[in-house]
Formats: sequence, structure tokens, C-alpha cells
Amino acid sequence: MLPRDLRPDHFRAYPPQAAKLAVDSLPALRRLPLSFLPSLLREVIEYDYKFPAERAALEKEVAKLVSLSDSQVANLFGGFSKITLSAQLESSDWVSSPAQFVEQLSAHLWTTHQVDDFRVAATKYADDLSAGLAAEPPPIPRLGITVIGEGVTSFDVPLFRKLRPYGTYFSRVKPENGLRLLLEAVGTRAKVHSVPYGHWYVDGGEPADHDSALTTISYRALAPTREALLGRIQSETKRPGMGPEALRSIMARLQPADLRMSRTGDEILQRFQLKLLTEGSGTQLFSTSFAQWTAREVLRRAQPLTLLVRFAPRQRQKPMNELLSANSNQQEMDAVGSLMDADMGAYYNWLNQQRLLGAEKSSFLVWFEGHNSALAISPSIPRQTESESEADMTKILSWLV
Amino acid sequence: MKQSRFNPKEIGSRFSYSRREFLRDAAGLTLGSTVLRSPLARAANVPGKKKVVVVTFGGGARDQETFFPEGQENIPNLMRDLLPRATFFTHVVNRGILGHYVATASLATGVYETINNFAALPPANPTVFEYYRKDLRRPSSDAWVVAPSNGFNRIGESNHRSYGEGTGARVILPKYLLKAAMSDRGADYEHLLRDNYENPYYTPELGNREFELQQLEMILKLSASEFKAHAKALSSPDELSLYIVRQLIGQVAPSFLWITMHDIDVAHAGAYSLYIEGIRRTDRLCAELWKLLESEPEYSGKTTLLILPDFGRDADEDAGGNGFQHHRTGDAAARTTWLMAIGPGIREGVIYDRVVESVDLVPTLGAMFGFSPSFAQGKSISELV
Repeated sequence: MLPRDLRPDHFRAYPPQAAKLAVDSLPALRRLPLSFLPSLLREVIEYDYKFPAERAALEKEVAKLVSLSDSQVANLFGGFSKITLSAQLESSDWVSSPAQFVEQLSAHLWTTHQVDDFRVAATKYADDLSAGLAAEPPPIPRLGITVIGEGVTSFDVPLFRKLRPYGTYFSRVKPENGLRLLLEAVGTRAKVHSVPYGHWYVDGGEPADHDSALTTISYRALAPTREALLGRIQSETKRPGMGPEALRSIMARLQPADLRMSRTGDEILQRFQLKLLTEGSGTQLFSTSFAQWTAREVLRRAQPLTLLVRFAPRQRQKPMNELLSANSNQQEMDAVGSLMDADMGAYYNWLNQQRLLGAEKSSFLVWFEGHNSALAISPSIPRQTESESEADMTKILSWLV
Repeated sequence: MKQSRFNPKEIGSRFSYSRREFLRDAAGLTLGSTVLRSPLARAANVPGKKKVVVVTFGGGARDQETFFPEGQENIPNLMRDLLPRATFFTHVVNRGILGHYVATASLATGVYETINNFAALPPANPTVFEYYRKDLRRPSSDAWVVAPSNGFNRIGESNHRSYGEGTGARVILPKYLLKAAMSDRGADYEHLLRDNYENPYYTPELGNREFELQQLEMILKLSASEFKAHAKALSSPDELSLYIVRQLIGQVAPSFLWITMHDIDVAHAGAYSLYIEGIRRTDRLCAELWKLLESEPEYSGKTTLLILPDFGRDADEDAGGNGFQHHRTGDAAARTTWLMAIGPGIREGVIYDRVVESVDLVPTLGAMFGFSPSFAQGKSISELV
């Protein structure tokens, strides 16, 4: 089936709001090339479970597509129209399973050496679309905070090396009550500037006391879900004929209830957490990977005003000789390795924050927990600078925002 | 992506200086374009019985964690011991599929292969091992592949109708050997034996444990118990591979040896420190391999060592990826890597920043050995032959 053949009843399997969005824009969808449309439908089918920022962005994108003339569509999608697809892709159920189609499309693009052409077409689409959409800046400048190094008593390698060109390094931070002060500050922001899913606290371990106005995700709280997922993966991989593609499809179909997640509570947040574990790589095993990937996805999807991420020690990767020894089941933590993971994670958190609208006014702070080292980035703070001023977290935050 | 004061493109521009500068500054090397070429002089230095060892520095390492200034701390052995004696190409592009098996197959055939990365399938085009053995009439004992995992078990020969079964390299999968040797144990080593890091829960099943144990005993002159004892003293699968290579060199002394390293690919788990640890280990193992080759009479003075990653990894600045973790975006960082060549007849301390391609490796090996890789797409790298 091709996009021009789309009918309202093709969207019967979609959740209600998603189906309405698709059916209301059907004439526009019919004009789009098949190499593109399932990528859009992959977002549309999730509409009911998206964060407000994502919904707004998707609504704008669809409205823009509806408003285009035929010649504008031809210009915007010219690159996609040149992509050749296989008969198998065309005959697949791309309306009901757009994510599966996109995965198969990716393999097709690589094997037919069209991935670079697709990349050019996708970049043009994103650039042209963002240029044509009215952008709304965030109501307050964004603030990102990353806390790294829990459990590390000493570390003599310089930290924040990738971030130093962009901010000021503080070498005499007063660490007392640092985490509490930071959490109080972000809690206050959440209450004063209340926005649904606008203020987040992500912890790679056990969450510290925090304000309930914050949307919170922690590695520890998801332990039962992680265990259920790993058990499911193990049982599936033992089935005859199971390969990576089939396993990915099974993971994509999992529902919160399949992994012992509560049947009550915030369904949007639950589905978000489920995706962190089923789509993230390493998030099931390493708390540092979990914290970094969660931060990336929070920034990309929820586009928060405030995000505090605290990294915690991950389990130690055992060398081969220990795995072969009899006592290989003891789980140990790797605090220093986790600090290195988190140092890079802090850089990625900042990069991902800077991809959001209003980046020129955003602020960022990374602190080596319990120690005197921190680095701050803000329009009001000098770049590539070191400061020996004594300051606690409250003081540093006051310089940032 | 929106413009900002700290736009990722700005950050990326920090890395945009000439690829030749980063090494020239670090190691005092000579630019290749300034070197007068004298093939006759070089040919006179090459002893008669040539041997070649290819190492894929894998799986997947970025420039910024290896030969860029900030990454050189991770490869002290390559920088200190090998680079001053090597010819180095700073700009090797892989235009094919960025999956480890299919990319390694492309390296080995000189054609950008399109086989399923996660299926145990042979390459569609003749491999370099088939050209080598058929054209030069070499026995099967003279071309070997040591590869990390079950997924590479078909890398030694293609299903091409003019070559194919029985004409390629013999393949040793050290982790599979270990599994065969430890079949008396329970499931406590399954984690170690996982096939790859990109799909860590999937391992193609291979049959014939007896054949694997025969390889150990007949060819490598190792009993299963000796092998197990050594394995228990090693810290990673790539160390196990080097151990197998030592045995192979000592017992068989093949003229053509291909080693696929894979520890670095632990990056898929998202832990940066483990990725860096993998690079540092691979750096050390490459230096140990070169020392081994220099110390073995069969190899010393007549072996060319070629080291190259199969490809890079995604750029930090590409919003479609997640930096070092994967190699999925197809961006320049993921496609661009380097090649180091060292040995008799290879100029020492010379760098070239012209673009060469992954598929140029097979024609270059053909020119080195004297066979014609008629189906390969690449071009011989003239500076190496």
C-alpha cells in the first residue's frame, strides 16, 4: 500500500487522540512519500503518551504539512521521493507498525547505499521545517545540573575537560549540604514556574529527599522492572530461531504491565520509563548508562526547564578471568570508572541541553559530589576561566540564574 | 537543532584542523608529500618470504579517543613504539555498512558488502584469503583469521562461484574454542561468551565442538586444560585472541594472518570508561603483537603489520546519535578512521592525509603479495607497495 491509498479506517488500531490527529490530516498524509511518512506516523501513533512539548511540536509539524501547497511538498520531499524502496517494504503494514517499518527501512537504506541520500533529505526537511515554524522560547532560561562522583574519595585526573572551554572552573567549592541545596533550588523552581513535566530529577541510584513538584526517575526504583525485563530477554533468546531483529520487535511491543509496572499512576511517565529500558543500550545493566540516556531522552522529549541528574556508581564490569572463576556472582561497584562515565555524561547532558530552544540563555552546572570542584556555564559567566573564590552551591547557582 | 551561543557545530570546529597536523605535532613525523619516492630502493630492502599481519583495531574507535591530541593518552604504545616506525594514513573512509561483521567482510573482500550483519553468512565477493591462496597456490595452513565471536565464523571465504569452499582462510574463534573447552561448566561463563556488544543477547550457534577441540590439540598443540588455565589468567577476549595468535605463530607460522579485535565495542553499553579501557588494551596488545613478530625468527624482518579500525563511532555533535556509544548515524566521525603500516619496505615516520578507502586494503595486499584481486573495488595504496 502507498500513502495515496490511506483511508480513515487504517488508523483503527491507533490510540484515540493519535487516530484523530492522523484522520484530521489525512489529505496531507496522502501526499507524502513512503520513505518519509512512517517516520511521522511513528510519532503520531505515540501521541497519547507524549509529553506536552512533544505534542505541541508534533501538532505544529502536522499543521505545517497540511498548509503546504503541492509544489511546496514536492520541493520539501524531493530527496525522500528519490529513495527507492523494496516491494517488501511497500507491502508491509507500515500504518499499524510504523516503528517496525522504520527499522526495516534503515536496514534497506544501508544495504542499498542510500543512507547518505536519506540523511541529506532528512536534514533538509528538519532545517526547512524548523525555519518555517514559529519558535516559542522557554518561559524561563533552562537550568541543567549534573552531579557526578558519588562514592569517590579522591581522583587526581582533571575533570570537566570537555566543558572547561565553555565556562568557569571553581576549585574551592564548599561541598557541605551541596546536594540538598541543589535539590532545594530545583524544587523551588518547579513550584514557582509550574509546568507539566517541566522540572526533573534523575538519579542513577537511590533518590535523595526532594520536592514532589519534580518529576523523578531513579535507577533504584526501576529495579523490579529491570529484573523483569532481563528475565524476559533471557527467556526469549532461548527460543529457537530468535535473532536480534525479532528480539527488538518483541521489546518494542512490551507494555508497562508486562514488566510488573504499576497499573495505576502516570501512564505517560511509565511508558517513558519503559522505553528507557527497552530502547536504551546498557540502561538495564549500568546505572551510569541509565542516567545519561535518561537525561538525553528527557531533554529531547520533555524539553524541561530544569534537569538535575545525579550519577551513582555502576556495577563493575568483571574481567574475563573473574567471569571464569567460581565466585563470579558477587556484584561489586566501580566508583572511579563511574566517575569517568559521568564526566563524559555531564558533557553530553550539556550538549543535549544546548540543542534546545533558548540555548543562548541556558545555564549548566556540574559538581564533583562531596568535593571542591565544579564547573559553571552561563551567559553571565566567563568562558575558559578558573576561579578560586570560595562558594557554596547556593552562591554558585545565584551567579548562574 | 537551533542556533545557540554554544552551537555543537562550533564545538565540532575545534576538531576541524588539518588531520595531518595532529600527528605531525605529536610525533615529529614527515609529511608524505615531501618524501621522494624510490620504489627500487625500498624493494631492495624486502626479504624474499614476505608475511603480512592485518589487525582491525576494533570494534570501532573514534579519532578523538585515539590519534587526536586529546586521545593520544589512550594509545601510548602506538604513539611511542609504532608510529615513529610507521607510515600513517590519517584519512581512511569507510563508505559501506557500519556493522562490525559486514564492515570486516568489506575490508576482507575490497567490496562494500551488503550481507546481514547479524547472520552467519559468507561474504558475497571473494575474500583476500581466496585470492592469496588460489593465485599464489598457497596451502590452507598459510592463511588464518583470528576473530572474536561466532558471527565471524564465515569470514574466511566467500560463496563466490569462482572461489568459495575450501579456498579461503582457516578461522579460529577463541571464545568459541573456550566454550568448547569448558563444556563441562555451567552457564556462569555465558556472559563472557556473548557474541557482540551491539546485540549482546544474541549469539549464533555453531556446531561441532569436537572439531574445535581438534583445532586446539592438533594445530595449536594445546590441551583443553592448558587452554582453560591460560584463559583464566587473561582479562579479556582480545587478550585471548592474542594468546591464540602466539600459539598460531609458534606452531604454524602462517604467511597471512588477520586478527579482528573487538573489546572496544563494549562502548555499546554506554560506559565511557569501559570504552577507553578497551582502546588502551587494544593499544597494548598491538604493541605486544609487534614485539612478538619481531622476536620470532620466522617473522622478524619480513613481516608487514597493518593496523586499522573497521570504522569510527558517532560524533558527539550529531543529534541523531549518542556520541561514542554507537555507530549508527553514518556521519563523518563514524565513517572516518586511520591506517598504520609498519615493516620492511614501509617508510618510517611518514604520514599521508589524502583520502583512502577501506576497500583499498585488498588491492594493496594484492600488490604486496603479488596476486590479482579482480573483483575488489578499491585501488592499491601506492605509498605502501
